[in-house]
Amino acid sequence: MKPFFNRFRVVGLVGIVFAALLFWLVAQQVPWEAFSTLRITYPGARPVDPPLLDIPLPTLITVLIISLGLIVGGIYTMLRQQAQLIPWYVGSIIFATMFTILIWASVERRVDIVDMFARMVRLATPIALGAMAGILCERSGIVNIAIEGLMLTGACVGFIIALLAGNPWVGILGAMAAGGAIVMLHALLSIRFKTDQIISGTVINILAVGATGFMRTAIILPLQAQGNTGASLPILPIPLLSQIPILGPILFTHQPIAYAMLLLVPILTVLLFRTPWGLRTRSIGENPRAADTMGIDVIRMRYMNVFLAGLIAGLAGAWLSLEATFNFDDLMTNGRGFIALAAMIFGNWMPFGALGGAMLFSFSDALQIKIQSFDFALPPQFIQMLPYIITIVVLAGVVGRTRAPAAVGKPYEK
Amino acid sequence: MSRAPATTPSRAAIDWRNVFFSVLVPILAIFTALLIGAGIIWATGANVAAAYTGLFSGAFGGVQAISNTLVEATPFMFAGLAVAVGFKCGLFNIGAEGQLAMGAISAAVAGFAITGLPTFIHLPLALVIGALGGAFWGAIPGFLRARTGAHEVIVTIMMNYIAIRLTDYLIKGPLRDRNASAPRTPNILESAQLPLLLGPEYRLHAGFLIAVIMAFFINWLLNRTTTGFEIGTVGANPGAARYAGISITRNFVLAMSMSGALAGLAGAVTVLGVERNLKASFSAGYGFDSIAVALLAKSNPIGIIPAAIFWGALRNGAGLMQLQSGISINLINIIQALVIVFVAAPDIIRLIYRIPKTGDQQAVFTRGWGS
Repeated sequence: MKPFFNRFRVVGLVGIVFAALLFWLVAQQVPWEAFSTLRITYPGARPVDPPLLDIPLPTLITVLIISLGLIVGGIYTMLRQQAQLIPWYVGSIIFATMFTILIWASVERRVDIVDMFARMVRLATPIALGAMAGILCERSGIVNIAIEGLMLTGACVGFIIALLAGNPWVGILGAMAAGGAIVMLHALLSIRFKTDQIISGTVINILAVGATGFMRTAIILPLQAQGNTGASLPILPIPLLSQIPILGPILFTHQPIAYAMLLLVPILTVLLFRTPWGLRTRSIGENPRAADTMGIDVIRMRYMNVFLAGLIAGLAGAWLSLEATFNFDDLMTNGRGFIALAAMIFGNWMPFGALGGAMLFSFSDALQIKIQSFDFALPPQFIQMLPYIITIVVLAGVVGRTRAPAAVGKPYEK
Repeated sequence: MSRAPATTPSRAAIDWRNVFFSVLVPILAIFTALLIGAGIIWATGANVAAAYTGLFSGAFGGVQAISNTLVEATPFMFAGLAVAVGFKCGLFNIGAEGQLAMGAISAAVAGFAITGLPTFIHLPLALVIGALGGAFWGAIPGFLRARTGAHEVIVTIMMNYIAIRLTDYLIKGPLRDRNASAPRTPNILESAQLPLLLGPEYRLHAGFLIAVIMAFFINWLLNRTTTGFEIGTVGANPGAARYAGISITRNFVLAMSMSGALAGLAGAVTVLGVERNLKASFSAGYGFDSIAVALLAKSNPIGIIPAAIFWGALRNGAGLMQLQSGISINLINIIQALVIVFVAAPDIIRLIYRIPKTGDQQAVFTRGWGS
């Protein structure tokens, strides 16, 4: 006999209890007559300009509706028991929670949600790029836990090159080159020397922490002391498109690496699923021996794809030091490389799915930044925990419904 | 650096040739890493000889230096053992950092909040509470891994970030010492302090002895008991373990709790032996270093003793190295990373020095994303 509490019933039940708790918690603090206002601004508007639209929401009633929605979703998941429901349900629980926190924190305030979503896309850039790097590696059968280290190295080297050249664009190239160079160590260890790939990745992460810390004190600080400075990459609004209300600021008013991310996701999807290269890549990740029999050079192809992934991870690093700010700090990746892997798993090793996962994390980050300035009931440290807690919830709730490439992590021996 | 022989499964005579080769690779790895480090020092224009003599005399020059090296080595010993226990069960515990923080805060609370106990009860109690704090933090990823398949590498890393923020909140909020200017917990009571081994002028505390004893205890536990055998079987072949009636969930949770408890002890002895209270920004990057120590010792609990002392020596000698040659302390991180690159991929060392392959070289293994 199957146990009564299968995955669907557990997830559904947890969701229902959680939704009830969430409403109860907010109801303790917020009176029924309180309002939160969501503001939609014109593209390029200053804070003093009149808004395009103000949506006043009765806070507690909205939270009640959200909780009821989650309860209905939980019951539906428990009854229908379809595998693909779980990521959707877990995803909606997370988004609903974050939205609840947002309107809870903005009681009797206005919060600019267009700005929130624009920030979400912006902050998703390094995570989504890291996830694309992960997909490229894992679809070829290589576990790449080193993305964190690659991003850190990319950020550091990119910043040094940008300081030397006085130009952040040149820095991007430096960051990508650094990512590509360091990842070849991972490729060498895991393909040629058949080291355990998770160990090899961890080793690279440690090496990256040491090397970037060393480079910061030995190169960056002296360069800055000599007066080398620069500016971060410019915001390049796309003409016309950036003037569309709502969509313009969210999708078409960004810095270059964010655009690169938005382009790379569809490109990688097409490449992976619509081209011979993609078919070969997927085949060496699923069944390298069969691929070898068909005349594909498994080893060569793995080196190639891991190298490409290194370039992308380096680009993700460039976002940190050249786009988000123009600076490099020790350990500035702050776990984004690992969150990228969680986004990849959440997205079932699909580029668009991973982008969705990345948005989930970056929205919580944007939320955290937004409500830092509000005096909110929860201490800031708890809000900062959100992305990490969400990562765990996502992994625990979704893994098992998703499937890794079959040969991932296994060295190929002829 | 001397190393005890690897414990062989049978009580047969020790195969000295194997022991020689299993010690040779780490030593050559250290040698090669120092060589590359010398290249980096030379490239930055500093004096290689001054740097390395500074490193050595900072670590071992005199009783004070040795005492400090052993103090530095103590948390690495515990945390390295933590990682080794995880490896034994096929689990990669990157969460030593967070478990250590939880252990430290639990031990600190036990140290200042429980009053009126004599030392021989208070001190062990504080250590046990510290271990329990770490064990709890380790058990969560173990449980999630067993029940949901969420990979422990990512979950433990996330748990690290959560633990760091949680301790930050506790130290700046409810547990803050109102009389101190900087955010920190109140000082622990004298009855919870680990005794100093060499008198008040040296920092070496009894935590070092506990760590050494713990290494032998873990060695016995993993290699000579049913519990250790079950953990090892689950690590080596979960399918076979399940078929033999060994519960995977139970052993995953058990191994991760033990691992977390050891990491928690690393935090506890640091608070009870050295710091006497817990400050904000306590984290010192023990998480990754503990992996390095475990890899260097090839996951052998006895081997972790010299590996941790080596690590502590690098950390402790770095200050004098920087003073004497002007080279950044971060060079140590590079040398450490290179050491583990070579230890993790012994084939590179074998290739450089033309060492023949011997049997049974793969000491550690982890598993991929699939359940």
